[in-house]
Amino acid sequence: MPVEYWLIFILIVMIIASIAALEMEDVLSSIVAIGVVGLGVSLSFLFLQAPDLAIVQFLFEIFALIILVKAFMGKEYHKEEPSRINKILAGITVITLAAIFIFSVSVFELLPPFGEPLMTTSQYYLDKGAQDTGAANLVSSIILDYRAYDTLGEITVLFTAILGAFTILRIKTKSKKDKTEFSHAAK
Amino acid sequence: MIVYLLCFVLLLVGLYGVLTKRDLIKIILSIGILGYAVNLLLILFAYRKGSIYPILAKGKEVSQMVDPLPQALVLTSIVIELGTTAMLVALAIKLFEKYETFDITQIRRLKG
Repeated sequence: MPVEYWLIFILIVMIIASIAALEMEDVLSSIVAIGVVGLGVSLSFLFLQAPDLAIVQFLFEIFALIILVKAFMGKEYHKEEPSRINKILAGITVITLAAIFIFSVSVFELLPPFGEPLMTTSQYYLDKGAQDTGAANLVSSIILDYRAYDTLGEITVLFTAILGAFTILRIKTKSKKDKTEFSHAAK
Repeated sequence: MIVYLLCFVLLLVGLYGVLTKRDLIKIILSIGILGYAVNLLLILFAYRKGSIYPILAKGKEVSQMVDPLPQALVLTSIVIELGTTAMLVALAIKLFEKYETFDITQIRRLKG
């Protein structure tokens, strides 16, 4: 079976899983469905000959699952039924997105067909990568040598995001319950 | 061609979730779906028919390898995605502690 058919199959499974994740009521089920989508991405990276990416995506998936389950489990709240205006707005959104899809078909026809990339810059990396950097893995030769400043910027962004997450979690907030208790005590 | 279109449908599903859902958890999950779709689309552009992974070894010819540049860029993008997801989750936890709900229509007061 050619790669294209495998990819079509995986992509259809991923689309169904993502719709299920968005529409299911239970939090744990939707997180697990997102896990299916992420593992589908990892599997398609394997089919597209990108083993480094498949491993990184797999690890990302596990960490994201742990973070989401730890953060969102057991946090129940009262859900209101969506009003009529919300349903109409959702319908309008679906129609708009379908229109965007139909118009974008002609855009995708302009792109080079699947399986025949442009390879203008990358051909240089493939030809000279081993001579210039001495790395056998050309992906890591690009990350750590040709585009090392990009990687430095990436590390900065990652550090800032993690620092932001820790800073947000350290701030102490007064919840509604505390406030009501406080007002009772004041009376 | 049809592979690109299916991947674009996945991106539109994520966009639909961001635009219509009122639950913060669902919004975070749909941002994740958007990220998956964009990464996969970039790697689909890089694939060359009948090629192998871009790692040099004995008996592997350079002319038979896929495009390594999008792979390198997507590798950094996946790692950043994890950081941003963690930050979004932290914000959502703080909002839940303050308002005791994940419904974005209930989260109104910006101060105090």
